[in-house]
Amino acid sequence: MRPQAPPLIGFEGVSLSLGGRLILDDIRLSIARQEFLCVVGSSGCGKTTLLRLAAGLLRPDTGQVTYAGNAVTGPAREVAVVFQDYGRALLPWRSAAGNVSLALEAAGVPRAQRGPRIAALLERVGLAHAADRYPAQLSGGMQQRLQIARCLAQEPSVLLMDEPFGALDAMTRQSLQDEILRLVEASGNTVLFVTHDLEEAIYLGDRVVAMRPNPGRIAEVFDIPLPRPRHQLATREDPEFLRLRRALFDFIQEEER
Amino acid sequence: MRFPRGLVVPLLALAAAEAAMRLSGLESDSIAPPSAIARAFATALADGTLLQATGETLGAAAAGLGLGGGAGLLLAIALGLSPALARLMRVPVDAFRPIPSVALIPIALLAWGFGFPMEIAIVSFACFWPMLIIGQAAIAGIEPRLLEVARVLRLSLPARIGKIVLPAALPRLFVAFRLATAVSLIVAVTVEITTNPLGLGYGLMQAQQALEPDRMFAFLLWLGLVGWGLNALLLVAQRRLFGRAGWVAEEVR
Repeated sequence: MRPQAPPLIGFEGVSLSLGGRLILDDIRLSIARQEFLCVVGSSGCGKTTLLRLAAGLLRPDTGQVTYAGNAVTGPAREVAVVFQDYGRALLPWRSAAGNVSLALEAAGVPRAQRGPRIAALLERVGLAHAADRYPAQLSGGMQQRLQIARCLAQEPSVLLMDEPFGALDAMTRQSLQDEILRLVEASGNTVLFVTHDLEEAIYLGDRVVAMRPNPGRIAEVFDIPLPRPRHQLATREDPEFLRLRRALFDFIQEEER
Repeated sequence: MRFPRGLVVPLLALAAAEAAMRLSGLESDSIAPPSAIARAFATALADGTLLQATGETLGAAAAGLGLGGGAGLLLAIALGLSPALARLMRVPVDAFRPIPSVALIPIALLAWGFGFPMEIAIVSFACFWPMLIIGQAAIAGIEPRLLEVARVLRLSLPARIGKIVLPAALPRLFVAFRLATAVSLIVAVTVEITTNPLGLGYGLMQAQQALEPDRMFAFLLWLGLVGWGLNALLLVAQRRLFGRAGWVAEEVR
């Protein structure tokens, strides 16, 4: 377990309607500094909307979203977003190095410093060999690694990840899960991770928030007291993992009935 | 090397025209045999009139393309990025767009008299619309996720336009540019034929009025060559410059 810290992100009675439909209703949630918080729920429960509010891409109708005690009014550099559709979030006309460079250019990093920093970032996500390749020449897993590298280039405090591994095959997904845990551990990021994969949520998270649709609200929060570092086999065979998996499955099943 | 088959029909047609003119002994003020056209072409090329007229026409067309196309592109960016502004401008755009650019010749003549400024003004008006309409659609059609990436990275507006919007829309913007280029040449020549004593259009009219069909057809032939060459040049440029962006954009979709 990580030490208790004051909340970094807060949802204080947040409601939001889009197109006349209530998407989120009275969300109250706080995310501690360096916490890895996963959000699960059936599609349409507003989990992506929750993430977009935290990113400052949407503004709540009522209540407020806070970051380090201040109201979020728009995107901030210390908050990075990893989108699910990596194929669309990368610039197809820029090489892998060029895509990472975009974040450095946005932050005003002088040209001379960009080269070494790009090389280091690509190295961290295992893409050092692919610096000159274009997104269309990379596999799905590599494209998502590249997007993560671009986010890390922002040197963020917070990573907001919207079903980042949802479109990847099982093997690639597991290796990326371990990589993201390693990267987060090393940099001390706070993570809000949206997924529809319950086991992924338990495997990665310190806490798992289960949401309920129509309108989207928080139904239950599960603490995940599994030891870190986690291991694809050992953690998933841990009796506590299995107990949590059962509890979460039962909960979701009940929701769908 | 094999004889290019595409040339068979045109060459036969030329030979037939030449033979028909000679055998019938026709003397005409409106048509000329291909051999006379070739001679007139060589003369016009040699005495510099053809090249000077070409320079005048292309200069006016290019200036109008730059001014009108540039203004169209700027407005296209603004309207493509701001749906609110696009709604506001829809009525004025729809009201002015249908005006045939050549209908402005009398007004432009009043304002500027004969010469380059009036021709450039009319070409500008004509080039403004294809850049605006196609450009706006190109920019409004950019992958929305890319604009979100620009937002979360907090790119400034100039950086957003320079690093995201223009490169993403470039292949389609270039199509608009090619269309506007063709329009600029057509309108420049039209203005010269009807009004302005300049350039290739005026040369064509002069030859017609002097009852020199060989010279007239030489100018016509040259105009066709210039238009074809311009388009071929732009196609090569398109492949060279945006080949990658073009095919990547298609692959991703």
